[in-house]
Amino acid sequence: MSTKIDINSSSLSRRKLIGFLFISFCLLGVLVAFMGLMSLLVQVIIQGYEWVTPNLIFNYPSRHPEQAGLWAALIGTLYMMGLTALITVPVGVGAAIYLEEYAPKNWFTSFVEINTSNLAGVPSIVYGLLGLSIFVYFLKLERSILAGSLTMSLLILPVLILTSREAIKSVPKAHREAAFALGGDRWQVVRMAVLPTAFPGILTGIILALSRAIGEAAPMVAITALVYITFVPVTPMDRFTVMPIQIFNWVSRPQDEFRGLAAGGIIILLILLLSMNSIAVILRNKYQVRSEE
Amino acid sequence: MTIENKINKVSLKVKDLSVYYGAFKALEEISMDIEENQVTALIGPSGCGKSTLLRCFNRMNDLFPNTKIEGQIIYDDIDIYSQAIDPVLIRSKIGMVFQKPNPFPKSIYDNVAFGLKINGFVGNYDEEVERALIQSALWEEVKDRLNDNAFSLSGGQQQRLCMARALAIRPDVILLDEPTSALDPIATVKIEDLINVLKKDYTIIIVTHNMQQAARVSDKTAFLLSGENRCGKLIEMDATEKIFTTPFKKETEDYITGRFS
Ligand SMILES: Nc1ncnc2c1ncn2[C@@H]1O[C@H](COP(=O)(O)OP(=O)(O)O)[C@@H](O)[C@H]1O
Ligand SMILES: [Mg+2]
Repeated sequence: MSTKIDINSSSLSRRKLIGFLFISFCLLGVLVAFMGLMSLLVQVIIQGYEWVTPNLIFNYPSRHPEQAGLWAALIGTLYMMGLTALITVPVGVGAAIYLEEYAPKNWFTSFVEINTSNLAGVPSIVYGLLGLSIFVYFLKLERSILAGSLTMSLLILPVLILTSREAIKSVPKAHREAAFALGGDRWQVVRMAVLPTAFPGILTGIILALSRAIGEAAPMVAITALVYITFVPVTPMDRFTVMPIQIFNWVSRPQDEFRGLAAGGIIILLILLLSMNSIAVILRNKYQVRSEE
Repeated sequence: MTIENKINKVSLKVKDLSVYYGAFKALEEISMDIEENQVTALIGPSGCGKSTLLRCFNRMNDLFPNTKIEGQIIYDDIDIYSQAIDPVLIRSKIGMVFQKPNPFPKSIYDNVAFGLKINGFVGNYDEEVERALIQSALWEEVKDRLNDNAFSLSGGQQQRLCMARALAIRPDVILLDEPTSALDPIATVKIEDLINVLKKDYTIIIVTHNMQQAARVSDKTAFLLSGENRCGKLIEMDATEKIFTTPFKKETEDYITGRFS
C-alpha cells in the first residue's frame, strides 16, 4: 500500500490514450495524402504509358492523336524557363542580398518584407492577368515568349527572394564578423564570406522556384490565349505554348485518344518536375556546409 | 620584491571614450594607454563592457546600428574615430580573434589566405600562409592537410587557425576576446604559450574572465566594473603583478579575491 509508484494510476492511462489518438490522427492524415497522390499517379500512368513514345516528344501537335506530340510545348517550356531564370536569378538574388545585407532596418524594409511574403501567396491567375495588361498590352510585347517569361518572373520572384533571404540569413554572424575584422568592406564580406555559404540554399531556391513555374498553367492561359502552335519559338518575340497548356488543350478534346495523350504529357511533365526537384535535393546535400560544432 | 614599471612606447591611447548602444551608456569616459609589445588584459565581471571596449579598438562596434562613440583612440598619431579614417584600414592593422572559433567553411589554406585576398595581396601566398601557420604554432599539425576543411580541426586548432588568419595580414595589434573560453585546459595552455611568444612582435589586448589567465599572460591589467545604470567604468589599470598583489582600489581587491564576481 505504501509504494511510491501508483501502478493503477488512471491519469497515466488517460494520457497514453490521448497520445495514441493523436498519433492515429496524424497517421490518418499521412495515409489520406499518400493515397491521393498514389491514385493520381497510378491513374495517369495507366492511362498514359502507352502514349509515351518518341512521337509524343518529337512531334508537333496534330488533329490525329497518333501523330500528335509535345515538341513545340516542350521547347516552349524550356525556352521560357531559360529566359525566366535569366531574369529572375539576378533580380531575385540581388533583392535578397540587398534586403539582408544592406537595407537599413526601418519601417520601409519591414513593409517590403511583409509584402514579399504576401505576394508569394497571391493566386497565379492574378499574375497572369497582370502580365497580360502590362507586358502584352501596355509594353506591346504581344503574346511572346518574352511576355510569358516576364510574367513567370513576377510569379516566382517573391518565392525566390524569400528562399534566398533564408539562405543568406542562415550564414552565421560569426563569419561576417571574421571577414570584417580582416579588413573586408561590405561587398567583399558578402561576396567572399556570405554568398559561398549561402550558395547551395540559393541554388535550391532557384530550382524549386523554376519547377513551380514549369507546372503553372493559369498565368500561361492568360498570356498565350491557348493558341494552337505548330512551330518551335526562335526569337524571344515569337509566340509559344507550354506543356501544361498543351495538356489542357488535349484534355478538353472530345476524343478519348486525346485523353490518353494528355496523360502521356502529364507523365513527361512529372518526370521533368521530379528530376528538377531531385537535382535540388542532391545539390543541397552535396554542398551542405558542415556545421561549426 | 620590487615591481618595476618599465616605460614602453604607447601603441594605442584611449582618451575619454564613452560608448552608447542607443540610449544605453555601456562605457563611460575610459582613458588608458596600451603599450607596444605588451600584453594588456581587460578583466571584470561579465556585462561590464570588456568586449565593447575591445571592439572599439578596431571599430567593430560600427557594425551595430545605433552605436555612438565619444572620445578618441589615438593610434599612430591619428584618431581612429576621426571622419577621414575608413574603419576598413584600421581593421587590417588591428586584427581580432573571437570568443568562439569561427573559421570559414573553407580549407585550412583558404582560411589563412582569406585576409590576404581581401587586402589585395600580390606575391607568394604559399609563403605567407606557411609563415602565419608557423607563427600560430599550427604548421606542424596541418602542413600535410592544408586542403582539408577547417571544421575537421579540433576546437583548439580552429582557434589557432583563427590566430593564423589574423596574423597573415601582418597586423600591428591583436585583439583577443576570451579566446580560450570555449577550449579545454590543454588547448588553453597552447594559446597562452602562443600569446607569450607573439608579444615580441605584436601588441596584444586580451579580454578574459579568468583571472589566473590574466595573471599568467599579461603585463598590464585593466579592471572594469559596471556601477549604477550598468554603465562600465575603468576602475584601475596597472602592472599585472601590482593589480594582483597590491591593488590600489578596494573594488579591485574584492574582485581579485573573489568576494564578488
Ligand atoms: N550590440 C549591442 N547592443 C546593445 N547592447 C549591447 C550590445 N553589446 C553589448 N551590449 C550591452 O553592453 C554591456 C556590455 O557588454 P559587453 O561589452 O559584451 O560586456 P562583457 O564583454 O564585459 O561581458 C552589456 O550590458 C550588454 O548587454
Ligand atoms: Mg564579452
